[in-house]
Amino acid sequence: MTPVATPFFFYLLAATMIIGGLLVITSKNAVHSALALITALLAQAMIYLMLYAPFVAGVQIILYAGGIMVLFLFVIMLINLERTQKERQFNKQWLVGLAAAGALGFLFVSIYLKGKRLFPAGNASYPETQNTQAIANLLFDRRGGTYMFPFEIASLLLLVAIIGAVVMAKKRI
Amino acid sequence: MFLLGVIGVLTRRNVVIILMSIELILNAVNLNLVAFSRMWGGLHGQVFAIFIITDAAAEAAVGLGILIAFFRNKETVNVDEVNLLKW
Repeated sequence: MTPVATPFFFYLLAATMIIGGLLVITSKNAVHSALALITALLAQAMIYLMLYAPFVAGVQIILYAGGIMVLFLFVIMLINLERTQKERQFNKQWLVGLAAAGALGFLFVSIYLKGKRLFPAGNASYPETQNTQAIANLLFDRRGGTYMFPFEIASLLLLVAIIGAVVMAKKRI
Repeated sequence: MFLLGVIGVLTRRNVVIILMSIELILNAVNLNLVAFSRMWGGLHGQVFAIFIITDAAAEAAVGLGILIAFFRNKETVNVDEVNLLKW
């Protein structure tokens, strides 16, 4: 049974993400930017669901939209941003920035168009009911899965980040 | 998405919005990874995407800590005011 509404949902979610991204970089109010980023992240989680990756979608909603963006909103609340809404929002070198981003975009598009033939078409069929189990196999296998070492390094990284954030935000060291 | 994040990093003066644009860039890379993991089979792309999300959380925490320390000294969040190291 082939799903018939898949392109419609994809375009809807992609448009939501792009509009959210545009609102992030162009709104005067920082809280508006944070809320636009939350909608972009939620749309991306829905695209992950369409791509048969339910575990990554769940991780994204819980960690990214539910953790990192809440952290951002706390910091926006702590620093007083009323004055900065009346000032200029964009840099003095915004034109150069736009030109550099345009050149980068041109590079991406040309790489994609030239390299489309090089990669194999791919076969994409694995059941999504076993997705969490399969990811756990890669991470946590008894004889050391493929990603056990990066997993431990990630925990070390989080420890360093916690210490760094606490030291940065203390009043007296 | 990547280009939107790059434009945001390069053109805005508010530090908080620059940090949010960096999150946009990371998300675009994640989307790429998961899409290719779907196309070619194998779950390595998804596991790497999970690691990138973890890493983005750590980096956002440290960046916001730096921002708070910076704001405590200068009472402003423009990046144009970060000129203590200029000659």
